[in-house]
Amino acid sequence: MTATSADIDERVKSESLMVRLMKRPELGAIAGLIVVVIFFIFTARGNMFTLSGAINILTPAAQLGILAIGASMLMIGGEFDLSIGAMMAFAGMIFGACVVTLGLPLILAIPLTLICAAIIGLINGQIVIQTGLPSFIVTLALLFILEGASLVGLKALTGGSTQLRGVRDATQEDWLAPFFSGDAFGGLFRWLAENGLVDTFNNGAPKVPGIPIEIVWAVGLTLVATFVLMRTQTGNWIFASGGDRKAAENSGVPVRSVKTGLFMFAACCAALVAVITVLDLGSTDPKRGFQKEFHAIIAAVIGGCLLTGGYGSAIGAFVGSVIFGMASIGLTFTKIDGDWFKVFLGGMLLLAVLFNNAVRKRVTGER
Amino acid sequence: MSDPIIHMERIEKHFGNIIALAGVSFDVIAGECHCLLGDNGAGKSTFIKTMSGVLKPTKGDIMVDGRKVTFDSPRDAMEAGIATVFQDLAMIPLMSVTRNFFMGREPTRGIWPVRQFDVETAKRVTMDEMRKMGINLRGPDQAVGTLSGGERQTVAIARAVYFGAKVLILDEPTSALGVRQTANVLSTIDKVRKQGVGVVFISHNVRHAMAVGDRFTVLNRGRTLGTAKRGEITSEELQNLMAGGQELAALEGSLGGTV
Repeated sequence: MTATSADIDERVKSESLMVRLMKRPELGAIAGLIVVVIFFIFTARGNMFTLSGAINILTPAAQLGILAIGASMLMIGGEFDLSIGAMMAFAGMIFGACVVTLGLPLILAIPLTLICAAIIGLINGQIVIQTGLPSFIVTLALLFILEGASLVGLKALTGGSTQLRGVRDATQEDWLAPFFSGDAFGGLFRWLAENGLVDTFNNGAPKVPGIPIEIVWAVGLTLVATFVLMRTQTGNWIFASGGDRKAAENSGVPVRSVKTGLFMFAACCAALVAVITVLDLGSTDPKRGFQKEFHAIIAAVIGGCLLTGGYGSAIGAFVGSVIFGMASIGLTFTKIDGDWFKVFLGGMLLLAVLFNNAVRKRVTGER
Repeated sequence: MSDPIIHMERIEKHFGNIIALAGVSFDVIAGECHCLLGDNGAGKSTFIKTMSGVLKPTKGDIMVDGRKVTFDSPRDAMEAGIATVFQDLAMIPLMSVTRNFFMGREPTRGIWPVRQFDVETAKRVTMDEMRKMGINLRGPDQAVGTLSGGERQTVAIARAVYFGAKVLILDEPTSALGVRQTANVLSTIDKVRKQGVGVVFISHNVRHAMAVGDRFTVLNRGRTLGTAKRGEITSEELQNLMAGGQELAALEGSLGGTV
């Protein structure tokens, strides 16, 4: 290219809107979602695509989505956290102990749980950063430590049983409970039911009493995470830290703080899911969150995150979770045996990785 | 000749019992391109690392605008206006040119918690600065990975200059480039020089150095073999100096007795 060349370089073909959209990291996930929806439109019976069917799918998807947003931010920052599943069990135990054993109100119990999670995230992050070891192995160790600690802790708290009950009784009257359990916008749905806009039971109550609170949290977190990634200095630092640590450091990006912060955020996301599920079920046990770290990473990868960091999106991670939820719940609406779910999941993951790899080559101009 | 922006006086650097630099003096004035030549192992890299704050000299003084300074980190050097474009360029291929351009120094607007990365300003500035350097980007979102090596080099140079570099150190910017891309980078150096920035151009390619250099300093085995002005030395003579100074005696005159 010469200094005198005109404003438009003749060698560069102009890009259509389609091509530009193709370059968004979440595109693969949205395409995947469309494919999955089409698949179930043809195979599912009954009410999968009604409002209550959608809520059925979105509730577990949203719980996974909250985890996946934390995982995807961390992955964009160039690290992994395999301990977020075990973190759910551990945070659930801390939370249960706070409300049942200590009888604390939610206004204290929830921040305490989040602080504990953040401290463990801090430990994860500091070990990874100080030693330079791969986060994969460090957080794998934390996975077992947290899983074991939850088991030991719950046995100690319950005197031998592993399930800590009584959360619902302890929190029923708490003014903060509606923000972390049950349904939101109940009034709106009753109004819709009165006006015949949504399906109702015979007594006139809406079949769907509201939007489950986890969906509200997941959507809210997706929006916040997307804003941070796309529109803040911190977001640029996250991409830079994951893209090339040394280059980022040389440019003055505080890579260590960014990565540590992301480990803490991922752990707090796990703790938030723990709080929501413990309040929802009224109990906690050490198997809570089992294998969820893998599900979250799968959702993030389906959502366009690269395993090597520096690329991805929070919207994609959420869409990945919806695909996950739709596949797991949707099979029960079809004649297909639910045992096929994992085959489907693995296939989806493989496709996503291949697709992401192609996208990465395209973006970096690698041939 | 105006006063030098940076003056390095008898810099020595020892690594254990190895003397990498044995008293190198070097200066850069505004608006010139001062080439630092030398074969591999001559000490070029060690020398520019002391200049850019990566290494601390064992002995010797660094003067910026006539004042003695010490650089404890690359950041100190950058704050004094000494910017270095290393061979790895500190660029992230997956990120857009705009995001790379402002990496670590993002413009923001608004107040926390709604303080935003001012994407519009960043995009506009990036497009403008790149156009000034003669590169028309497809768009501000174009990934750095899709740029050629020469274009990446130019982005790195434009970035350093935009953020107020008074002295720009380029570590072998043309070593991995083809003919055309080299020409582009050399013309970028010329543009930067005309803006009043002092350029330190490290190379072991005499032809590239001769194309843009105002002064030439040859390093060999940790020592300077002298500094020559443009027109006082031929490329053959430079080549011989770099090769080990076999014809040193014959060149003494042309080097102004600085050997």
